[in-house]
Amino acid sequence: MADMSDYIMDESEIPDPLERPEIMPGSMEGLKPFIAKPDHQSALGFPGELVDNWQEKAIGKMGELLGKYRSLQVYLDSCVKCGACTDKCHYFLGTGDPKNMPVARQDLLRSVYRRYFTFSGKYFPKLVGARDMTKEVLDEWYSYFHQCSQCRRCSVYCPYGIDTAEVSMAAREIMDSVGVGQKYCNEIIGKVYKIGNNLGLPKKAIQSTLEGLEEELEEETGLKIRMPIDEPGCEVLLITPSADLFAEPHIQGLMGYAKVFHEAGISWTLSSYASEAANFGMFIGSYENMREVSLRIRKAAEELGVKRIIFGECGHAWRVAYSFLNTLAGPFDFLDPRYPSPQHICEFTYDLMQEGKLKFDKSKNDQYRLTFHDSCNVARASRMGDKPGGQFELPRAILRATCNHFFDMAEDTIKEATFCCGGGGGLLTDDLMDIRIKGAQPRMRALQQVREEHGVTHMAAICAICKAQFTKVMPHYGFDMDSILSVHQMVANAIVMTGSIQAKELEENANAAAAEGQAA
Amino acid sequence: MLTGLYAILFYVATAVLVGGLAYRIRLYWNTPAPLKIPTTPAPTTEAGVALRLAREVVLFESLFKSNKWIWLFGWIFHAALLLVVLRHVRYFINPVPDIIVFVQEFGIYAGFAMIAGLAGLWARRFLVPRVRYISAPSDHLMLALLMAIGLSGLTMKFVAHTDIVAVKAFFIGLMTFSWQPLPADPVLLVHLTLVALLMIIFPFSKLLHGVGLFFSPTRNQADNPREKRHLAPWAAKLEAGEGPK
Repeated sequence: MADMSDYIMDESEIPDPLERPEIMPGSMEGLKPFIAKPDHQSALGFPGELVDNWQEKAIGKMGELLGKYRSLQVYLDSCVKCGACTDKCHYFLGTGDPKNMPVARQDLLRSVYRRYFTFSGKYFPKLVGARDMTKEVLDEWYSYFHQCSQCRRCSVYCPYGIDTAEVSMAAREIMDSVGVGQKYCNEIIGKVYKIGNNLGLPKKAIQSTLEGLEEELEEETGLKIRMPIDEPGCEVLLITPSADLFAEPHIQGLMGYAKVFHEAGISWTLSSYASEAANFGMFIGSYENMREVSLRIRKAAEELGVKRIIFGECGHAWRVAYSFLNTLAGPFDFLDPRYPSPQHICEFTYDLMQEGKLKFDKSKNDQYRLTFHDSCNVARASRMGDKPGGQFELPRAILRATCNHFFDMAEDTIKEATFCCGGGGGLLTDDLMDIRIKGAQPRMRALQQVREEHGVTHMAAICAICKAQFTKVMPHYGFDMDSILSVHQMVANAIVMTGSIQAKELEENANAAAAEGQAA
Repeated sequence: MLTGLYAILFYVATAVLVGGLAYRIRLYWNTPAPLKIPTTPAPTTEAGVALRLAREVVLFESLFKSNKWIWLFGWIFHAALLLVVLRHVRYFINPVPDIIVFVQEFGIYAGFAMIAGLAGLWARRFLVPRVRYISAPSDHLMLALLMAIGLSGLTMKFVAHTDIVAVKAFFIGLMTFSWQPLPADPVLLVHLTLVALLMIIFPFSKLLHGVGLFFSPTRNQADNPREKRHLAPWAAKLEAGEGPK
């Protein structure tokens, strides 16, 4: 007879990741990120502080955006308040604050739109829930439009495809235009303009990091694996989040890219001028700023004379790269037309795997029982490979090829239904830690479920923000902070490079096993 | 007098509906979508996009993924409404086409299904706290209006018959500009008034969702940004250095 404890560890102990909370009005009301300082604002072309005629300016900006973005115009008109989205946002699931329901978040702006731009709102404001643009409304916008990570989960379930991300981007753009910006995002964009990356790492610092990594790689593999920066005439320009040069587990992923490039025999370089894949211009809804950041990549590619651009692991960066880069900084007709521009590092690695050019020793990852977190912007706003849904299949194919123990989380929490990590959309800042922890709850519960079911120990991700966010919030849910891994970290661990120490070991082991077999 | 009043009412309602919708469609059409934002995985071809939209229109695919109750009530209401509208086509054309003759019977049952669907949707506005929270007075009134139209219509079919031959003559007369008398039946007058009201409200309300879906970039764009450069006119100007920074 089975031990009683077999029954105690029942799955049902872990609450369903999709469990709907009781609504708790006002529970996240006070939460606001730090406001951008005047010099953060002016570097991006925004007024330094709240302008005098801000109401007029805000309404004017709203009108301008309505004329420039069909999405905004159509989405503000079309919502029927059916309720389909009300239980889809991870921030609502984690907080119960009804203003974190996508429709209610949109209504913060829609109510003002109706008041100033629609017949019904002008003449029957009470009837249709229209509101004047007051300071209270502005404060509410600032709070709740910075509790949206623009992950688009709601848009999957909306019968009209209404995307709250479009509305929250517009709201942030309006707030920036009247002088109320978010410090985290705007300061970071300024650093990109000034130094070239979000973290403000100067070329010298990057160089010394890369040299250190090259030494580490040589020691590990016995091979001279290069990690160049600003080297003209290379085949590939690698655009990767600056966190890959700095943070754990990101940096393990970067070493994975380097190994794959080396094994493929393809020369590559980083650029100090475009040493950032992230593009926070998207988070603040600013086409102009998003374009400025994107143009740096084009310029770097032209100056270095590369033939291909490949992006490292970063979720929203891949959205901007895949979906917007051709629009913002294209056409990329100066690159090799045999490859899509730009490409994702997973596409690059996957193609090599298909060609049989990479050899893996999966047992090197036997200490991991692994699952995969689909990053929201990759899942719902981009693609990999040539088929829809390739963004789900390619990373999984890479993980299955490099690891013996892979288990997916519940189907309604992955792929297009995936949850944001809780730190996307410009929320990855300590002043928003409360919402970050609560917003991670659905993902963490899904992870707890596979831990119970399959003994999963680690989760791989494909986004710098996800990795940084999980490192911080996992301990709140009973996981070690290093339970989050890079996808290319798994590649780095398992790859058996030609002529490397690992290749020799593998050969010796095989010979020893064969000898043993003969002896027996 | 009564005939004249309703004739004018329906001319105005039709003008507002058609003019209002035309204005809205023109606005949506002329407003650029500067970036590729289909919710992925998305079709990579225009044919695939047409199929995706067709699934949304006919099956309410996304709503089905979201919530089976809203889907059930919403789909029943819309499908029933379609049948009911088709049933009403006989009041406007002569001779009545076979297909319209064929739907007559289904249209009757659809009248009840429509009420059932609306009742389900309305009940959610009271019973589900999340939906109660997001409901404005206009959301309740819209359901009340549709419900009243359906109930008054059913009343004429099952409780107090009206002279539908005369009603048909009235509407054909409106369309040919040779007015015929409208029966002074109170239930009919209520029904027609509410329908005219619905037509007038349509272009100014959330009923625009019917048009909006076709213009929704997350649903109507093909996923091909790397293959085909997408550039809005205002973005092209910005690129050419004419636009404001």
